[in-house]
Amino acid sequence: MAESNRELLTRSILRRNPIALLVLGICSALAVTGQMATAVVMAICVTLVTAFSSLIISIVRFQIPSTVRIGIQITVIATLVILVDQILKAFYFDLAKQLSIYVGLIITNCIVMGRAEGFAMSNPPLASFVDGIGNGLGYGFILVVVSFIRELFGSGSVFGVEILPLTTSGGWYVRNGLLILPASAFFLIALIIWVLRTIDPSQQEKD
Amino acid sequence: MADQSPLKPFYSVLILAFVCSALVAGAVVGLQPLQEANRQLDRKKNILAAAGLYREDQPIDRLFAGVETRIVDLATGRYVPDDQLDPEAYNQLKAALSTDLGRSLDAAEDPARLRRLEKYSLVYLVKQGETVEQYILPVRGKGLWSTMFAYVAVDADLNRIRGVAFYDHGETPGLGGEIENSRWQQLWQGKRIYADSGEIAIRVVKGKAATDGAQAAYEIDGLSGASLTTQGVDRLLHFWFGDDGFKPFFRQLRQEETSNG
Repeated sequence: MAESNRELLTRSILRRNPIALLVLGICSALAVTGQMATAVVMAICVTLVTAFSSLIISIVRFQIPSTVRIGIQITVIATLVILVDQILKAFYFDLAKQLSIYVGLIITNCIVMGRAEGFAMSNPPLASFVDGIGNGLGYGFILVVVSFIRELFGSGSVFGVEILPLTTSGGWYVRNGLLILPASAFFLIALIIWVLRTIDPSQQEKD
Repeated sequence: MADQSPLKPFYSVLILAFVCSALVAGAVVGLQPLQEANRQLDRKKNILAAAGLYREDQPIDRLFAGVETRIVDLATGRYVPDDQLDPEAYNQLKAALSTDLGRSLDAAEDPARLRRLEKYSLVYLVKQGETVEQYILPVRGKGLWSTMFAYVAVDADLNRIRGVAFYDHGETPGLGGEIENSRWQQLWQGKRIYADSGEIAIRVVKGKAATDGAQAAYEIDGLSGASLTTQGVDRLLHFWFGDDGFKPFFRQLRQEETSNG
C-alpha cells in the first residue's frame, strides 16, 4: 500500500477534492446547497453510499466479471441509494421532503461510481471503505462551504437560525436573490476551485 | 480475475440481482407503515397550521383529535355519508383524475387552471364540543411554475378567514416562494371572502393592500417580484370560493342553520 489509511481519508478533502479537482458531483452540489441542513444530510448520505458501495465492490472485486462490472457496480449503488432514501422517508420525513428527488439522484453522482470503478475495483476492502469516506467528506466540505454562503446571504440564516433579519420578515437585511437560486452555486464552486488551485499550484491543469 | 466460463457473468448478475432486490423489497415493505404515518402527520400538521392550532411542543395526533374529517359533494354542498366514501381512504387528487369521481373543466370555468376537478372534496371541521368553530378547506391552483397547494381555514360565520397554510409548491425561491412566509400568511387572518351582496370580494392585489376604507377587509398584499404567483393565488381563491368550489357547501350550511334555528 502506497498510502496509509489516514492519508486516504484526508487527501480527498483539500488536495484531491472530488468537486474542486475532479469536478464531479456538480449537479447535486447546485441543487441542495440552498440550506445548510439539506447540504449536511446530503453529504452524509453520499458519504455513506460511497463508503459502503466501495466496501462491497472491493470485497467481491475478484468475483466481478470485467464484462459486466459497470452494471454490477451501478446495481450495488442503486440498492444502497434506495435503502438510504427509504430510511430517510421513514425517520426524517421533513428532510426527505426537502431533498426530494436528489437522494435518488445520488445514483448518478459520478463520485460514487468513480470511486467504485477507479479505486475499489483494484484495492482491498478497508482502504476502499476509507477512500469512500474521504471522498464523501471532500464532497461534504464543499457543500457545507457553499451552503453556508448561500443560506447566510440568501436567506439570512445558518442552519435555519436567523442571523440577518430579512426585510421580508420585518428586518433590515435585503436578501441576495441570486444566492437563493441554484445557479449561484456555480459561481461559488468556481471561486473555491480558484482559491484551492492558487494555494496549491500542483492542482492546476497543464495546457 | 480471469473469466473461466462464459456463463459466469450470468451467474454473478443473477445472484446480485436477487440479493439486491430482496434488500430493496424488504426495506420498502418493512418501512411502509412508518412512511405512511409520516405522510399523514405531515398532512395533519399543515391542516392545524392553517387553523392556527399547531403547537410545536404537543403531539400532532392529540391536537388533531378535535378535528373532524368529512367529505362534501362540491355540486350540491351536502356532506357525503362516511359509509359511501371513507374520508380516511379518500384521495382527492386521484379522484380528480378518475372518470367516475372527477370531471374536466372548460377553460372558461377554470381560472385556477386545474384542468380536472373532483366531485367530492375533503373538508376538516374544527369542533368545540358540538359546534363547529372553523372549516378548513383544501385548495390548489397554478402559480407561475407549479401547482400551489394550501389549506384555508374559514370561520364559522363562513366569511372570515382564520388562517392559511401553503404547504406544497414549486415557485421561485425568495420571490413566489414567499407564499410559505408565515408573515405573509398572517396577513390573511380576518380578511373577508364575500361582500354583503354575496359576491366574492377577496383579492390578492399587486403591491400593498388598502389599509383603510371599504376594501381593506377584502384585500391581501401581493408578493413583490412575483406578480404571476400573486395572480395565481388570487385566481385560486376565486375558483375555490366560487360556484364550482365551496360556495354551494357554504349555502347548504347556511340553510341548515336557518332551518335548525
